[in-house]
Amino acid sequence: MKKLRINIIACLLALVPMLITAQEDDQVMKARGGKFALTNAKIYTVTNGVIENGTLVISNGIIEAVGTNVSIPADAEVIDVEGKEIYPGMIDGGTTLGLAEIGSIAEANDYREFGALTPQMQALTAVNPNSVAIPVTRVSGVTTVWTMPRGGVLPGTAASINLFGYTPDQMDAGSKGVVMNFPSTAGGRRFRRLSPEEVKKRQERALKQVNDAWDKAELYAKIENADDVRAYPEIEALVPVVKGEMMLFLEVNAAKDILSAIEWVKDRGYKQVVLTGVSEGWRVADEIAESGLSVITGPVQAVPTRQSDSFDAAYANPGLLQKAGVKVAIRTMDAENVRNLPYHAGFAAAYGMGREEALKAITINAAEILGIGDQLGSIEVGKKANVFVATGDPFETSTKITDLFIDGYKVPMTSRQIRLYDEFLNRNPQVDKTKNAIDIKKR
Amino acid sequence: MKKMKNIFTLLLCLLSTLALAQKPKGDVLFKNGTVLTITNGELENTDVLIRDGKISKIGKDLRAPKGVEVVDISGKFLMPGIIDAHSHIAGSAINEGTSQVTSEVSMEDVVNPLDVQIYRALAGGVTSIHLMHGSANVIGGQNETMKLRYGTTNPDDLRFEGAPRTIKFALGENPTRGGRARGIQPQSRMGVENMIRSSFTQAVAYEKKWEAYNKDTNPRKVAPEYDLRMQTLVDIMNGDIIVHCHSYRADEIYMLMKVFSDFDIPTIVFQHANEAYKVAPELAAFGASASVFADWWAYKLEVYYSTAYNATILQENGVLTSINSDSGELIRHLFHEAAKTQKYGNLSNDAALAMITLNPAKQLGIADRVGSIEEGKDADIAVFDAHPLSIYAIPQMTYIDGVKYFDINNDKSDQRIFINPESSIDEVQLFEKMDYRHRCMEGTAQFFGANLFKHKH
Repeated sequence: MKKLRINIIACLLALVPMLITAQEDDQVMKARGGKFALTNAKIYTVTNGVIENGTLVISNGIIEAVGTNVSIPADAEVIDVEGKEIYPGMIDGGTTLGLAEIGSIAEANDYREFGALTPQMQALTAVNPNSVAIPVTRVSGVTTVWTMPRGGVLPGTAASINLFGYTPDQMDAGSKGVVMNFPSTAGGRRFRRLSPEEVKKRQERALKQVNDAWDKAELYAKIENADDVRAYPEIEALVPVVKGEMMLFLEVNAAKDILSAIEWVKDRGYKQVVLTGVSEGWRVADEIAESGLSVITGPVQAVPTRQSDSFDAAYANPGLLQKAGVKVAIRTMDAENVRNLPYHAGFAAAYGMGREEALKAITINAAEILGIGDQLGSIEVGKKANVFVATGDPFETSTKITDLFIDGYKVPMTSRQIRLYDEFLNRNPQVDKTKNAIDIKKR
Repeated sequence: MKKMKNIFTLLLCLLSTLALAQKPKGDVLFKNGTVLTITNGELENTDVLIRDGKISKIGKDLRAPKGVEVVDISGKFLMPGIIDAHSHIAGSAINEGTSQVTSEVSMEDVVNPLDVQIYRALAGGVTSIHLMHGSANVIGGQNETMKLRYGTTNPDDLRFEGAPRTIKFALGENPTRGGRARGIQPQSRMGVENMIRSSFTQAVAYEKKWEAYNKDTNPRKVAPEYDLRMQTLVDIMNGDIIVHCHSYRADEIYMLMKVFSDFDIPTIVFQHANEAYKVAPELAAFGASASVFADWWAYKLEVYYSTAYNATILQENGVLTSINSDSGELIRHLFHEAAKTQKYGNLSNDAALAMITLNPAKQLGIADRVGSIEEGKDADIAVFDAHPLSIYAIPQMTYIDGVKYFDINNDKSDQRIFINPESSIDEVQLFEKMDYRHRCMEGTAQFFGANLFKHKH
């Protein structure tokens, strides 16, 4: 009798895997935390070379150990990734991810507030943790992005976010910065061409407006502890920059404007300034290097700024800046296709930057420039466990990402686009073979 | 009088030779490359001989005939010139938006051979484009299939001689937005269907009038009024023009197949077709094909439910599929866009490269001339320093009819043919991805206001 019972239990147990497969269709995949050991991997640490046959231990969100001679904790889930490569999660230095959901629908876009001077607007507040584009992005190995307000002169305060979490605070990667569009002399966008006079007038007006705001901020910084200072939110938001406590991201692209911006920064004396965009940086690369300012540039897959420029001007820009001695990070300046970050870096690599530097531009350099270099951007003990496992070089399109960890959570490798693939590759029902797919009525 | 006639004939002959001379044909022997034939796999250490603009021989150890230039491509990769089935570069106008049906107009009248984007496309290995009318109206204008023979000021030199006629249709948000802006039909996908059906119904009536006239033996018969708009629709129904239809959602794709069945129109190429994957079995059964983006989505509601696996799903379901650019930016790296089918799916090298060569050639009706490396085909060729599906591949040389139009080793940066004397030297235009995505609705601002260009395609 006892034996029979054991047999029944054995049979039931044998059925368990079948039940699991039967349920797979509507199974909800959730991320899991805990301890993980990834073994037999080629580990690209970025800051300490490449480790062959290495082990990476993740515990409570942190990289606990990495190397060839690592003891695996008894309670760790061991994942053998033999033949694969581990990289620190890629970091995009400029996006509107989480703020922009559907391009043409105003109601689905939250990256632009009314008014030209709105630095107090917080991107982090408007990040939608459930944006469909977020899983689409992270399964490609991008784990952290700089998400930024756009438009006007001082559109708001950008934030670094990790691409996993259920609230903006869970996603917060730990840094913020004021965004400023440096008044531009560039001739407007494709469909809004302005005459040189109009451009000049516009630029002068904007420069006056922005200088006025910063003058006020500098004054405010001096008197803010006085008794009867009126609340002035847009100016208050600039004060930490004046005091050197917060980063300022200057969006600037035309060569002439880059030089003006460098002068402007020198005159103002602000300490934590980053140049962004910098499409024509290659024209003034030495001057940028001399200024000591770091650069976040991109998109790399872009059209040259001038009709007279070489076809590859935008591809070559990051490499030329880096070779001049500028610290460079790369961005996509995208929302739904931030997943293409490795390909923007790949183009930069092919057109002069080289693979190693291009990899740095989307990992450690990006982390350092965004003020999170102590926590992210490389595989080092004590850093946050934002890593991915790939079948090869992540810049190549034939490479697959197989595992993904963000904040130490093993995040499922799924997205709506993958689920649609699973559903529609072999759709059921197919066309009814007994009748025409489309009834043809001859005219 | 006879003498005059002779002189006239002589002049005509001279003129025609001149016309021919304007489309030069080259002779080259490519030595020792990896040849990506598309139709016959990847051949290592192989030579390709070009005679008079055609591929005359593919093989090993070919000898160069006297006077034929030898180009050593050891370590390099030779593939058919890339074909973009959806482009708006080199068009000085894109939309004729004055009516919801403008089948009478043609892009052949607005070809701009001076557009520097032509050179930039060549620098991405592209040899042919399908210059398309925009998507502002339901039945748009006729398109122009072109070879990128940059360097001429004559638009006719860019024609793909003998390519079949094609025409643009458009479904969904773009034409319905136009309807709303002007307070006319269509403002819904119902209206779009109705507009196509009623247009073809009118065309049937028009054709009948002409048939009756042609049959009429009365010597005093009066011809019906000739209507180019209607005649073009008749030509579509007779299979003389291939319809390339801007579309996104599965339901509208399905709708058009039903309409075309009813009017017995044999083929459709769906352009963009982001949701074609949902009705892939129906497309395959109908024999319709799709020309899609590698990964663009979410720029408007009708592409929100997209998947980058679209091309793979279509291919695996037996639908002829190509990958296009619709962008002066993307056109420069279509080889990379095709390579994404190996990320989103596991397409073979041949299948991935066919998406930008043979498959678009079939969709444009020019596959007997271009799209693969086969003896007898036109010598439209791109040479890369690494496998073109690798991110590290850089285009080296681009040939059309055996004539070199791009060589990275002889690439001065300023490639403009025409310089606007009024423009300043350092005129800077900042790149915005959206702007480059958007020529489909260009030229319709008067109906929509400038805000239109926030929307894409």
